[in-house]
Amino acid sequence: MPTVAMADKRSTLDDLVAELRPGMTVGIGGWGSRRKPMAAVRAICRSGVDGLTVVTYGGPDVGLLCATGKVRRVVTGFVTLDSIPLDPHWRAARQQGRVELTELDEGMLYLGLQAAAWRVPFLPTRAGLGSDVLVVNPELRTVRSPYGDGPFADPADDGADLVAVPALRLDLAIVHANRADTAGNAQFLGPDRYFDELYLGAAARRFVTAEKVVDEGALASEGPLAAVTAHRLLTDAVVEAPLGAHFTSCDPDYGRDEAFQRAYVEAAKDPAAFAAFRASYVDVDEAGYRAAVRDVSARTGGGGTR
Amino acid sequence: MSTDATRAEICAVACAEVWRDAGEVLASPFGTIPSLGARLALRTFSPDLVLTDGEAALVVGAPPLGAAPVREAAMPFRSVFDLLWSGRRHVMMMASQIDRHGNQNLSVIGDWSRPKAQLVGVRGAPGNSVNHPTSYWVPDHSTRSFVEHVDLVCGVGYERAAAAGPGATRFHHVHRVVSNLGVFDFETPERVMRLRSVHPGVSVDDVRAATGFELVVDDVADDVAESRLPTDEELELLRNVLDPGATRDREVKG
Repeated sequence: MPTVAMADKRSTLDDLVAELRPGMTVGIGGWGSRRKPMAAVRAICRSGVDGLTVVTYGGPDVGLLCATGKVRRVVTGFVTLDSIPLDPHWRAARQQGRVELTELDEGMLYLGLQAAAWRVPFLPTRAGLGSDVLVVNPELRTVRSPYGDGPFADPADDGADLVAVPALRLDLAIVHANRADTAGNAQFLGPDRYFDELYLGAAARRFVTAEKVVDEGALASEGPLAAVTAHRLLTDAVVEAPLGAHFTSCDPDYGRDEAFQRAYVEAAKDPAAFAAFRASYVDVDEAGYRAAVRDVSARTGGGGTR
Repeated sequence: MSTDATRAEICAVACAEVWRDAGEVLASPFGTIPSLGARLALRTFSPDLVLTDGEAALVVGAPPLGAAPVREAAMPFRSVFDLLWSGRRHVMMMASQIDRHGNQNLSVIGDWSRPKAQLVGVRGAPGNSVNHPTSYWVPDHSTRSFVEHVDLVCGVGYERAAAAGPGATRFHHVHRVVSNLGVFDFETPERVMRLRSVHPGVSVDDVRAATGFELVVDDVADDVAESRLPTDEELELLRNVLDPGATRDREVKG
């Protein structure tokens, strides 16, 4: 029996919000409308913080944060709701000039997070060459291959300029996992981990929200150990947040709540509609949110949970 | 040959032709008609093609649209990037705008800094277009989609790749553009868009009138080929196997 207490990384959404400062760069895991840490996003929307830079494979996290005025800049390659191609809250923010954009090729975002996680200043790629990504982001640089000659020479790339994707260092990363343990190990039980470990690796402070938090050592009985890819060396805090990705998908715990997502889209139609949506589904605590979602699921016959 | 083929079916066959002789590569179609085209190619003349389930797995063969696939390997998004940078992929993306050089836009309409219409974003188009063969599908060919200059270069065309140098040109290949009116390639000395074939029932003048730039048309316009009709086998596959619900008719009418 250990005589020294194990680190207990259990935390709360309030603790997460308390760490935010205006102007911080925050990375948000998931992809589009898939396994987004929406409970944490809602908590940020309720907070007093603003001026955030958000790095994300964008979905309703972007839309909701823009609609509540929390974001100054978004770093992304797209914003989509998947089953609904475009997010109307994001579109409105862009078309009204309320938000700045660093628009990158999807793969560049991957490499930028990887570079930050590996503590190198950049990683090279062809992605972006010749495109307007380099025009709308004039601060991006290219780098010439140093292997035009010598034993490692690749003559076909002699003189080739490549995009030097800068490290996308994050002040804070938030990802949502299916399971986590009290020590901060996180398990992804769905078919895709997306880029969540890279967000954690790229960040100074690292929060995991999870459907369920179990005792340290108990994740092996929740699913494969190979699915515990965000181990505790990558995390600082874990927050139990049931339905914490709703209304985005969180396979295999639940699929996307399409009826709810449609309601989210409808709420973009006018300020009064969004005010009502916000009062019901944003300006409520998580217990209140889950109760409201159960109500709407019962009414529509839709399935927030399965 | 089936002369009662619909325009949607002719477009699906034209999209299938995009993957002829592609070998064992990942076919990544966007849109209903390209999805049918890739399946058709896999089931007929390009049996080594590989498809995904649209989520995170490679699948066995070419399941019908909407059918539950048999998954054979994991292909999460991170692996898709690893694969596309290796070159073993041919994507068929959609284009909100495309120009004579093969520059494609799916990000914004209007000025990027404050767009008239914010669309989905550049997505993977910049990286796709300089790493492996890329084709485009435009279901609504008009002077609004075939434009003199795209509002944002997402997918890279020939002259932009050349200007960016050998890093961009080494694997750059914009292969085909298929629209609801015809098929286009860039097999000209200047690598600009050429009318390769018109779909049956469409005239060269129809295509010219719907195109916002001067299209290269070989020799005598009357000699421009017609896009081929589906074979009986292809029509059977499209109608009774791959798309019995005729979802293809929602993307292209007539």
